[in-house]
Amino acid sequence: MAVSSTARLPQGIAADLHVDLFGKRLAGPVIAASGTFGFGPEYRDIEDLTVLGGISGKGLTLNGQPGNPGERLLETPSGLMNSIGLQNPGVQHFIDHELPAMKACGTTVWANLGGHTIEENVEGVRMLCAAGIDVLELNISCPNVKQGGLAFGIRAKDAAEVVSAVRQVCTVPLVVKLSPQAESIPEMCRAVEAAGADGISLCNTFQACAIDLERRRPVFDNTFAGLSGPAIRPIALRMVWQAVGAVNIPVIGLGGIATGRDALEFIMAGASAVQVGTANFQDPASCVRITAEIAHWMDAHHVKSLEEIRGCARG
Amino acid sequence: MSAVKFQAEVVENVQVAPDICRMAVRWPSSEGLPAPRAGQFFMLRAWGFDETPMLSRPISVHDYDPCGGTLSFLYQVKGEGTQKLRAVQQGQTLSLTGPCGNGFDVPAIVRAAGGRNGAIAVVGGGIGTAPLLLLCRELVAAGCKPELYCGFRDEPYGLEEFLPCCAAVSVATDSGAVGYHGLVTEILHPEQFAMVLTCGPMVMMRGVAQLCAGANVPCLASLERKMACGLGACLGCTCHTKVGAKTVCKDGPVFDAQEVFV
Repeated sequence: MAVSSTARLPQGIAADLHVDLFGKRLAGPVIAASGTFGFGPEYRDIEDLTVLGGISGKGLTLNGQPGNPGERLLETPSGLMNSIGLQNPGVQHFIDHELPAMKACGTTVWANLGGHTIEENVEGVRMLCAAGIDVLELNISCPNVKQGGLAFGIRAKDAAEVVSAVRQVCTVPLVVKLSPQAESIPEMCRAVEAAGADGISLCNTFQACAIDLERRRPVFDNTFAGLSGPAIRPIALRMVWQAVGAVNIPVIGLGGIATGRDALEFIMAGASAVQVGTANFQDPASCVRITAEIAHWMDAHHVKSLEEIRGCARG
Repeated sequence: MSAVKFQAEVVENVQVAPDICRMAVRWPSSEGLPAPRAGQFFMLRAWGFDETPMLSRPISVHDYDPCGGTLSFLYQVKGEGTQKLRAVQQGQTLSLTGPCGNGFDVPAIVRAAGGRNGAIAVVGGGIGTAPLLLLCRELVAAGCKPELYCGFRDEPYGLEEFLPCCAAVSVATDSGAVGYHGLVTEILHPEQFAMVLTCGPMVMMRGVAQLCAGANVPCLASLERKMACGLGACLGCTCHTKVGAKTVCKDGPVFDAQEVFV
């Protein structure tokens, strides 16, 4: 049951906010980013989820894992460090217990999957596709697990190998989520496209470090953690710019987007859609607020559709 | 019903002890908002989404008066977030997301206690007493007046509010300023109770849990953790219990103490 405080798009918006992506019609350009939005239902009374382009669920692994011990969160200037460590209940648990409620959110369901081995990824993708998801986001970019995760996200050759294998069994649009730690963003993007990806999302968090002066030790048990939030946004935008220039498949931009203006920068750089992550913690109604801010800008500038401005900054 | 986000007007924000403040907001009556229960909390933000600190602050419900239309919080000023909460003036608005967490299931607690000898002890330490006021009120309303045990470093605060809703109040202080000179765990005898409910520093709650385990008395503990979302979405506040990984914000903050501490 929605309440009167649920955030909605204001009446009277003229701009057409929809995005055509992978043969699907998304209601808007803002997708909730993996790891910041649970599986969606937690936000159903906070904001109108039908405004979103989709929800990318908490990152899954085939058999689930307990996540990292010790500190998991640290605020930094304009940023947030996290060391969650892909804590998740496993693919089968997700299909049985979380997916039904996620499907009921009224937007597209993106399952985010990572794996320690190619075989784990392939099996997870097979199960998720059979369960009826809309988009598979293959996560080769988590910096917080010691094996797997980022292991496929550094070298283009390793990424291509896992994407090729997953492609064989993936019956829904396949988006590969890249790490900023990749050796070369353009080379990585081309390799992932050649291996059969339908789209690319970037970027995941930046590997970072903090020291606890009193303990004289790293804050995080894993020493390094992932940095997100507005602090990384201009670097993420540069990487999205490079990705758009490197491939012909859609690029979904993310990294520190907190306002409509931020999102529009990514779209003008050529992003087909954007994801919003850390901003959900600053304002749990961020996805709808950002969508409304995009619409206000478009109306004020007489821009009728996102098509008119997508990639316009590239000249 | 899950959590909602809304704005509320601050009707009081006063210091009640050094670094301890009480803030009351007007509960918006017209919006059909889900009423909070004892042990639940709200994510509070008295600054813009684009201002520091990045994260909103999880603060437990101290009191909720549906008739008077007020919701209040007792909080300790420790860092940038709570300093900004303290600076809020009467008449300003605050952003709240909640109610978050499971809270204390008072009907179930009273039922379980009734099956034993019926008496309930509520044990608080320092600012951990904050969520216990509404808990005591709800216990009284359910027909079970609890006994309160609380520990403070030095001068206690907020106790006068507890007096009408507790059968007895026992105080321990580290300094000996008031009551027993020592730890609250030294004056608690769990075997006299059917159930013990606690909130305070982890070291205190661990001690309470161990006493209860020794006396075979059920104990529920309310935990505190750093949180980003408060909604069960980010898994930043996970607590590893005997029955698996749990989110303090959504599965908790109230847990069976034996699953967490023993």
